[in-house]
Amino acid sequence: MDITYTAEEQAFRAEVRRFLDEKLPRDVSAKVRQGKRLTRDDHLRWHAALAERGWLAVHWPTQYGGTGWGPVQRHIFDEECAAAGAPQIIPFGVSMVAPVIIRFGTEEQKRHYLPRILDGIDWWCQGYSEPGAGSDLASLKTRAVRDGDHYVVNGQKTWTTLGQHANMIFCLVRTDPAAKMQEGISFLLIDMATPGVTVRPIITLDGEHEVNEVFFDDVRVPAGNLVGQENKGWTCAKYLLTYERTGIAGVGMAKAALRHLKTVAARQIAQGRPLIEDPQVRRQIAEVEIDLMALEMTNLRVIAAVQGGGVPGAESSILKVRGTEIRQAITDLLRRAVGPYALPFPQDALEAGGAAAEPVGPDHAAPLSAQYFNRRKLSIYGGSNEIQKNIIAKMILGL
Amino acid sequence: MDFTLNDEQRMLDDTVNRLVRERYGFEQRIRYGREPKGYSDETWALLAELGLLSVPFAEEDGGIGGGGVELMVLHQAFGRGLTLEPYLATVVLGGGLVARLGSAEQRAALLPAVIAGELTLALAYGEPAGRYEPLWIETRAGRSGDGWRLTGRKAVVLNGDGAGRLLVTARTAGQPGERDGVSVFLVDPAQPGVTLRGYPTIDGLRAAELTLDGAELPADALLGREGAAADALEAVLAAGCAALAAEAVGAMEAACELTLDYLKTRQQFGGPIGRFQVLQHRMVDMRIALEQARSMAILAACSLDRPAAERERRIAAAKVLIGRSGRFIAEQAIQMHGGMGMTEEAAISHYAKRLVMIDHWLGDADHHLARFAALPEAEGGLEQAA
Repeated sequence: MDITYTAEEQAFRAEVRRFLDEKLPRDVSAKVRQGKRLTRDDHLRWHAALAERGWLAVHWPTQYGGTGWGPVQRHIFDEECAAAGAPQIIPFGVSMVAPVIIRFGTEEQKRHYLPRILDGIDWWCQGYSEPGAGSDLASLKTRAVRDGDHYVVNGQKTWTTLGQHANMIFCLVRTDPAAKMQEGISFLLIDMATPGVTVRPIITLDGEHEVNEVFFDDVRVPAGNLVGQENKGWTCAKYLLTYERTGIAGVGMAKAALRHLKTVAARQIAQGRPLIEDPQVRRQIAEVEIDLMALEMTNLRVIAAVQGGGVPGAESSILKVRGTEIRQAITDLLRRAVGPYALPFPQDALEAGGAAAEPVGPDHAAPLSAQYFNRRKLSIYGGSNEIQKNIIAKMILGL
Repeated sequence: MDFTLNDEQRMLDDTVNRLVRERYGFEQRIRYGREPKGYSDETWALLAELGLLSVPFAEEDGGIGGGGVELMVLHQAFGRGLTLEPYLATVVLGGGLVARLGSAEQRAALLPAVIAGELTLALAYGEPAGRYEPLWIETRAGRSGDGWRLTGRKAVVLNGDGAGRLLVTARTAGQPGERDGVSVFLVDPAQPGVTLRGYPTIDGLRAAELTLDGAELPADALLGREGAAADALEAVLAAGCAALAAEAVGAMEAACELTLDYLKTRQQFGGPIGRFQVLQHRMVDMRIALEQARSMAILAACSLDRPAAERERRIAAAKVLIGRSGRFIAEQAIQMHGGMGMTEEAAISHYAKRLVMIDHWLGDADHHLARFAALPEAEGGLEQAA
């Protein structure tokens, strides 16, 4: 048993660090660190830098332009990116639809879509959730009816993350309403510019426009945009959901947030002394740091098992539950660290060019409450933590 | 990175697990607990015979030079069986301190007997006023002729009343809480000036209060250099914490298994109670706590030979998490067993008691959390550790 990284892995870490130092746009990482909102262009510049190096598609096979990295390398890459303040790679194209196309798509679909994902020509979003089908995904109602060479799509998707930037959406649609719930669903690729597609923003409680509603009104989609077989979309959906699991713990992001918490607590003054000198605060930070140490080890255990040829199963649900709880706990402490300055909500200070706005209170305070509320989503999306517990109960405990 | 056991460690794992499975059923454990010393002499002899008492000692001391992982393997099995034998007191704490501090003569006089199962040890380090702080030592040792004279009190000494020899910390200089001036003495419990009051602990073990009333010791009772024992004491207590963490994981595994089994078999409202989602989620929370605890037991085991600053921080973290998760699993397990969980006859209640009490041995979660918060952060985390 040896919990340290090998010399090769450490050399890889150094290489990633060098790359980040040279190629991560400084203005973008500054925004990430300050909790400011990123523009479409910020994301695209970062994706372009990664694509140029061949590091955008971290888990694709090399034949399609992926890195071919193993789980440990992917973990190191995630950790270093988070530490450097890199934006998260927008997952919908690279991590979600691409693996499905690689696994179930036709040669033509692979040739057409994969390079466009790497080039940043297509920005994908995800059409899974519906107003009546969130955690209970299989109860979705959006219909697709075959009409000659096309499907005609009618219905509504919701919680479509960054859909306002996207030109493509992958959707689960019902192609056989008579079949049982999970049968009769198909996986369809839809060009957002097709007549009848409408995107409407949903403003979240932190004032952010991150998610959208997408409406389909007699949208005609070429039949060639079906991935896999008609009515077998659930297989694609499940594959997509289980594909990328090593990053689910979010250890790198939690570590970065913890470092930020310590910085804020050191800068914040309470009754003339740095807040970090308050024993109560030190202990609260220590508690979450210890939980995070344990999560990091649990994550490494799962990664090592996958590296050794194992398949990540329901263990990733453990990582999801703990990972999101810990990240939420850190943002909770961050909000509380600034005391009454958790209250001001100067929206313009959160915008990309918001430097013009005069900050209220300490510079670091402005985004903290908004972030706290924003991070409540962590235990809801991607299969709520309750759903994750159902999975663990069934798959691990046999209940 | 590699979380698997090597061949030797796997063999050790097989050996100790077979022993616990075959010789340490719940009924047997109850019976062993009623024996005069509070454990089974026969099992102790068997541990010696199988070579398990030699595991952590260096080869020149007659051991096999096992490290943290070997310690983890053993104690995890001990935790599963809720074993009572004084491995922690004799081998890890007492023997560990002799191995670290003792002269060649002292090691030769003590360690072979320990390894053979003929001599048991106990480490008397805590004091009533010290709570969990090992350097809070008010017991004084002064020169007396060629030898030493000890006066003071030691609190809740694990296996103190049955031990062949006691290792006692005392101040030869300095004030309570200071690092300098801490010395360790080898004390024969039968000699004048030494009073032991033994008692059972609620987790089924035995401990003792020790009173030293001007006990006269020979010159060679001092272990190591005068006043310089603090580092060795901390290192040995760190190993003890790692052992307890592993033991807790073993006990948590068993408690989770017993509870899961109960959920699947206990019938209420026309079916097994495990079909209720509220109980499923509690069981899942227990399982998550177990996995997090296992991770920290591994981290502790792999940190014993790290530089002291890093080791102490990780050990403190492990002890905090183990203390919390142990209590959580114990409380949930009792609740889900319903009235049965409250009974002496159900094994689960004994696992619960051990899990909650592990937090009280060698410093509880509050103590170690305060230490963790106060200890300076080592440079980098795991990524730097090479």
